[in-house]
Amino acid sequence: MSGHTHHDHDHDHDHDHHDHSHPTQPDIDGPLTYHQRLEIAVRELMIEKGILSADEVRRTVEAMDARSPAGGARVVARAWVDPAYKQTLMTDPSRALNAVGVEVGLYKLVVVENSDSLHNLVVCTLCSCYPRAILGLPPDWYKSRAYRSRAVREPRKVMAEFGLEIRDDVAVRVHDSTADMRYLVLPKRPKGTEGWSEEKLAQIVTRDTMIGVAEPRIP
Amino acid sequence: MEARFQPGDQVQVRKADVPGHLRTPWYIRGHRGEVERICGYFANPEELAFNRHGLPKRALYRVRFRQSEVWPDYAGPAADTIEIEIYEHWLEKA
Repeated sequence: MSGHTHHDHDHDHDHDHHDHSHPTQPDIDGPLTYHQRLEIAVRELMIEKGILSADEVRRTVEAMDARSPAGGARVVARAWVDPAYKQTLMTDPSRALNAVGVEVGLYKLVVVENSDSLHNLVVCTLCSCYPRAILGLPPDWYKSRAYRSRAVREPRKVMAEFGLEIRDDVAVRVHDSTADMRYLVLPKRPKGTEGWSEEKLAQIVTRDTMIGVAEPRIP
Repeated sequence: MEARFQPGDQVQVRKADVPGHLRTPWYIRGHRGEVERICGYFANPEELAFNRHGLPKRALYRVRFRQSEVWPDYAGPAADTIEIEIYEHWLEKA
């Protein structure tokens, strides 16, 4: 956003200023890359021509940043307690997501279920396709070259590095998210959670359990 | 629109080396697998990437491969699999 410098907003610090000095956060205003300049130029032109407003751009960024794995967790917890809902989730994921107020987004979702004989893991080797609508922004490691290349070739070793050892009598199925579908792992409900409420269950369904590099644990 | 392959069909990924914005990863080209499902019909992303309309829509398949077939030195159990979305024009009858 042009004309916006770091001098002109009011910082609302929630701490008092102390007498002693403390280390400062390094500035992250190095030179812009080619594509950053291009993005700014196109955005400013579109705003100037009245195609978009600055506020619309801001609201869209805010909405993207606000998405979180909480949506996915709600879906998984509901599927754990409600067999009919789970059936819908497996066969018509869009309808199941809408039913709990989760916006599906542009892509079609495929839900893959973990069981005592199968463990699912999601990766996108070509880029970083990720079910952002229900999990929010992907973690940095998901986008790393190391994860993307190794998850397809040695998934068990990768999962072990995340602390997840899959027994040899459980098949591992990797899902390479290469085109128009997005994948959500439906993890196994852990033993010892009988009688838990949906809200309580949702708390143990973390982002990583829905990518497949972890399993839900009772805290 | 009719899909050329059905779930359960044995297919082989074309071993093509063509330029462009491709959605078929290099490592799976030439390998044999089984159609798991038809995902639907989509505008061809290889065309969309160049701002063309990508029509007619193409069938997109979910294809399941045995890991041991994809990676000759695969270290895990024989039951391990990998699934990938592949467009119809990348598949041949195996």
